[in-house]
Amino acid sequence: MNIKKYIKIYSLFLYTSIASELEYKYNVIIDFITAILSLIGSLFLLTIFFQNTDNIGGWNFEQALVIQGIYTILNGITNTWFNPNLTEIVKHIREGTLDFVLLKPIDSQFFISLKKISPSGILEIILGFSLLFYCISINQININLGFLFLCLTTLFCSIVILYSLWFLISTTTIWFVKTWNATEVLRSFLYIGRFPLNSFSFSLRIFFSIFVPIAFITSIPSEVILGIAQVWEILFELIVAGIFFMVSRRFWFFALKYYTSASS
Amino acid sequence: MEENIIQVENLSKSFDISSKGPGLRGTLKHFFKRETKSIEVIKNINFGIKKGEIVGFLGANGAGKTTILKILCGLIYPSQGKLSVAGNLPYKRNTNFLKNITLIMGQKQQLIWDLPPIESFYLNAAIYDIAEFEAKKRIKKLSDMLEIEKELYIPVRKLSLGQRMKSELLAALIHKPNILFLDEPTLGLDINAQRNLRKFLQIYNKETNATICLTSHYMKDITSLCKRVICIHEGCLTYDGELEKLLKKISPVKDILIICKTDKDAKELSNSGFFIKNQNQKEITITIKKDSIKSTLNKILNKFEIEDLYINEPPVDEIIGNILVKEKV
Repeated sequence: MNIKKYIKIYSLFLYTSIASELEYKYNVIIDFITAILSLIGSLFLLTIFFQNTDNIGGWNFEQALVIQGIYTILNGITNTWFNPNLTEIVKHIREGTLDFVLLKPIDSQFFISLKKISPSGILEIILGFSLLFYCISINQININLGFLFLCLTTLFCSIVILYSLWFLISTTTIWFVKTWNATEVLRSFLYIGRFPLNSFSFSLRIFFSIFVPIAFITSIPSEVILGIAQVWEILFELIVAGIFFMVSRRFWFFALKYYTSASS
Repeated sequence: MEENIIQVENLSKSFDISSKGPGLRGTLKHFFKRETKSIEVIKNINFGIKKGEIVGFLGANGAGKTTILKILCGLIYPSQGKLSVAGNLPYKRNTNFLKNITLIMGQKQQLIWDLPPIESFYLNAAIYDIAEFEAKKRIKKLSDMLEIEKELYIPVRKLSLGQRMKSELLAALIHKPNILFLDEPTLGLDINAQRNLRKFLQIYNKETNATICLTSHYMKDITSLCKRVICIHEGCLTYDGELEKLLKKISPVKDILIICKTDKDAKELSNSGFFIKNQNQKEITITIKKDSIKSTLNKILNKFEIEDLYINEPPVDEIIGNILVKEKV
């Protein structure tokens, strides 16, 4: 893979999609306002939960705010990249425009996953990081290079897991044609990621860690930030991210063999 | 002997297609227990195409023309058979193969809707590894040929269908492909836009010696671009050869338009046993066998007072329309 070529193409993807979005400026402003209101709503919900108790699943309010921060970043990434691109796969397959993607001398998964961005999600990412920095200061956490490296690595793994899950579901469109509902269920599961993994029962913890590792993707980076993560958890997340990404990629190329294109 | 750039041997393709009965009962049955049937849409087809040829694929809707094009450009896996396009197995879609071909579909578009076409051209140039200065040169040349210099900077959504199609062509040709697959490229265009597009394809073929495979329901596209046609009927190849020979073979008749001097002559002519194709007062069109032109003309000129007379080939649309529904040509 020619990295330089892909960086150039990605910079053009960024430019063209931002330019396209800015054609409709009121839509961008409304999206920004929605992102701010959504964060305020989530924080309000969290304060209600902690009104009558000091901790949920062993996490106090200040610690739970870290999870909210990670969730906001992941939700921002979902809105910036996954939502505009991966929901588009369904459209590409139904209307047969996937043909244009497949006939380009470029990795089709790269093209289809990163072609568009929605700038409003970037505000959510910034808000999420701001909340994290606020949490780091109120929890009196020392920042050093190793800490930053671990935080960013686990956060990156969480993004990879979430992406792979979403991509796997979208790929099934090649057979089922319409799978909007399945990605909506995934988004609903992502809301669960706003709460600590320990606050769920044992069976739900297993379900949300292994089968649909949603809670797991917010909990581990949060534990790393709070300095309570176990080494095996970090390694486990790394392995899960690697496996999920490889499976999503293999599954995509396998599914393409069954692509029949839309009729003309 | 020159080798074929496209070679197809015993090509077949089947699709699993589900069918649904009418009404609520049919819908529920379709939802819970879907009945699928394997339908062979391409049946054991063989042909070869040489570099620089323009070949028209003819067939009724659903005959399998687009499926053949999509198999040739690597979008659909064939169920059976051997094929080679520019020395490659299309469905492997390797980079060299993809840089050699292009697919243009009249009813689908790849341009970014909210931006001017020039932005899509630069994006495609980057994808095909074309340096910026070279891309600028190619865009300039192609936009001159297509006469869309001004439209390059207007958002795609504000362009007319004809301007959009020309821009689609430019986007699809920026990497100088050697093989062009065109699936109904003139669909929905007005007569002038159709003519311009055909003119462009003729020049492009002449200048680059590119091979062009074309499907179209507009016979003018086929007659003005393709010397050779391949007819497909229900997935089977029914004719492969020169268009002119096909027309001669299947249409051994001529139309004669006779303009009579008086209404009386017109009435008598229409009752004299000729096959009347059309009649509009004193203008009568009769259809006769090609080998009886001389005797028919003698008879008409001797018997009737006529003002003028024209001998025509029947319209190509009519002839082709008749063969599209035939199993054998």
